[in-house]
Amino acid sequence: MLYDHILVRYGEISTKGKNRGDFIECLRTNTAYVLRDFKKIKIQAKHDRMYIQLNGEDWRKIAQPLKKVFGIQSFSPVVKVKKDIEAIKESARALLAEMEPTGKTFKVNARRSDKSFPYTSNELNQNLGEYLLQEFPGLRVDLHDPDIELLLEVRNDFVYLTSEVIDGAHGLPVGSGGKAMLMLSGGIDSPVAGYLAMKRGLLLEAVHFASPPFTSEQAKQKVIDLGKILAEVSGQFTIHFVPFTKIQQLIQEKVPQSYTMTITRRMMLRITDEIRKKREGLAIVTGESLGQVASQTLESMFTINEVTNTPIIRPLVTMDKLDIIAIAEKIGTLPISNRPFEDCCTIFTPQRPATKPRRDKANQYEAGIDFAPLIAEAVAGVETMTLKAGQLSEDPDIAGLL
Amino acid sequence: MIYLDNSATTRPYPEVVESYAKAAQQFFGNPSSVHKPGIQAEQLLRQARKQISSLLGVKPGELIFTSGGTEGNNTAIKGIAYTYRSRGKHIITTSIEHPSVTNVCEQLKKDGFDITYLPVDEHGRVKISDIKQAIRDDTILVSIMHVNNEVGTIQPIEEIGQLLQNYPKIFFHVDQVQGVTKVPLDYYQANVDLATISAHKFHGLKGTGVLFVREGIRFDPLLSGGGQENNFRSGTENTAGIVAMAKALRLAMEASERKIKRMKEIQNYFFTELKKIPEVRVNTPLSFCAPHIINFSVPGFKTEVLITALSERGVYVSTTSACSVQRNEPSKTLLAMGLSEDLASSSVRISLSFENTLEEAQTAMQSIRECIDELNRVMKG
Ligand SMILES: Cc1ncc(COP(=O)(O)O)c(C=O)c1O
Repeated sequence: MLYDHILVRYGEISTKGKNRGDFIECLRTNTAYVLRDFKKIKIQAKHDRMYIQLNGEDWRKIAQPLKKVFGIQSFSPVVKVKKDIEAIKESARALLAEMEPTGKTFKVNARRSDKSFPYTSNELNQNLGEYLLQEFPGLRVDLHDPDIELLLEVRNDFVYLTSEVIDGAHGLPVGSGGKAMLMLSGGIDSPVAGYLAMKRGLLLEAVHFASPPFTSEQAKQKVIDLGKILAEVSGQFTIHFVPFTKIQQLIQEKVPQSYTMTITRRMMLRITDEIRKKREGLAIVTGESLGQVASQTLESMFTINEVTNTPIIRPLVTMDKLDIIAIAEKIGTLPISNRPFEDCCTIFTPQRPATKPRRDKANQYEAGIDFAPLIAEAVAGVETMTLKAGQLSEDPDIAGLL
Repeated sequence: MIYLDNSATTRPYPEVVESYAKAAQQFFGNPSSVHKPGIQAEQLLRQARKQISSLLGVKPGELIFTSGGTEGNNTAIKGIAYTYRSRGKHIITTSIEHPSVTNVCEQLKKDGFDITYLPVDEHGRVKISDIKQAIRDDTILVSIMHVNNEVGTIQPIEEIGQLLQNYPKIFFHVDQVQGVTKVPLDYYQANVDLATISAHKFHGLKGTGVLFVREGIRFDPLLSGGGQENNFRSGTENTAGIVAMAKALRLAMEASERKIKRMKEIQNYFFTELKKIPEVRVNTPLSFCAPHIINFSVPGFKTEVLITALSERGVYVSTTSACSVQRNEPSKTLLAMGLSEDLASSSVRISLSFENTLEEAQTAMQSIRECIDELNRVMKG
């Protein structure tokens, strides 16, 4: 293999100045973290491209984790060449020779960011094309649908040669957009919402409500396992477990059946907002979407949202259920979400919840109950856990076996 | 002892047996159960699946765990045949397949299927043009082995896959039992729809294997029941066996990276030395052969005699498939390659693992020379 570097093209950074520097630094740190097992590589993040020096590592193995890093538009394994036409020709020849060119079609596609290079892109294309045709008699040119497309990036320092462009995960580097709290149940939606929010650069911490003994240890394990998957995306992932039993019992006792769901969600949002303040987040992310069931109507959202003016980000709000499931499957959370344990939203589901709950009624029902001390108690009793990437396979019991 | 019968089966790696014992003890739960032991077993199984899929370069959902090569071949061929019989009842395969393919096809014949057995050339390779000619409107399946188990010939799987791309209705199954870990094959690149592998050929345990089924392909299962393995293969999963297979595959692939060169050197040593013996004819082709198989004949000596004589010297080799030597039949593969009955009835197969050393090869060669000398003396009196 001739390839000695991977060239990484950044995603959507149009901003200039400091933001761009932050973006690049964030991406570099995330990439280094994801590739930490490849001991020999060296990462260099420059203004408009990132270069991963392979030093003998197999680029195909690096490509797998790299494909998942947000903020990368695309990347290519490349040969780094001096800016000298003879050297470029020689490398192009060697690269093509590895691809069994006989009988295949090709084209050369040069891109020049260094305008002082003595050849224009067109001249490079022609020059190299002719040379390669001479070298490989079995090769033919096809400008529209070639078997091999030889790409040349002429940059300020060097020229980079490749024949492959691999699509990245797009989006923005996790952490480049600030911190938010994710309300994480064990269901299908909220992990997907978290994933999509991360894709837009947010750093997330999750809040999960547990009501033991009504909810089980396994329900908690489920959330931890979901967290491990999200940790793979962001390097690490923090979950706050809120003891919620007392509040839920009080709601069941004092609030009419039709409004227990609404009041419960208002309480969850209040507590999440408290934790957000402590953790210095700027938004709350939920897996809510618009639908038919009681918790998904616009009226319900309107009434629940009353308790805070913190921005609530709902990545799934307009998505179809099947599309959400498809993402859950792709990112690997679906089988975990499908495990059958009750969480605190499903355990006390009322027979007939109000599908159009109203703010005035909700306030009226809450007025008679003193929730404040219980909220404080719940926030004080939060158990926090931080999961690191790699735990998915590093489970000590399991790793040794495989 | 010098064990040179690794195409029949390999000795499991000690680490593999260790993993098996641990997993069987500690992860005994039924992966379908929703209590803790069940969930733990399910997690372990999922990790093992993920590891195997990434080693094979495919998606986790594309693996069906089976009891080995025979089941994989049966599941694939019967599954496709019976599910798609309304499209056509013609199947193409080769005349040198393992019995777990050939006999499945013979069974299907009784159900009205039409089987074309492609010939092979003197090297044991099928010709693309022959396949092209054999394809008919009612062809539903092409099943061709990757590496032949008797002589080690590599079939042109990628070219066949390329050809079959022009026939989107034909499924392509590859028996990769002898190829995996020794000869690289990218299922996607070669357009393979189904591929069979078996763990005991790469230092895993008997009774475990994988059938790769490309995403989107469905067919009726051989074993119906509780719907495990995406309903392709029911039965409580053999968690410990699968874990052992995941480990074996990882270790074997790592060994392959480090030791494939040495294996080729040993193979070459055998080729060179065997050719020096006038009585010997080397049957394994020098090009397009897998690195671990050396097949030769000593005409005039029945296979069984040579194997027994070598066995007495602590050198363990075999012939064809382990089963056919007992029946004392000429090798079907060698006959198909155009060899005489005499040559086909006197063939010996040496098959290497990554563990074998050049010293072992030298000792084995010495024994082979001695045996031939001795037998020569006895026979010629
Ligand atoms: C080419 C080939 N296919 C299939 C099999 C059968 O595999 P198993 O013994 O795992 O059933 C073998 C093993 O003998 C083989 O060599």
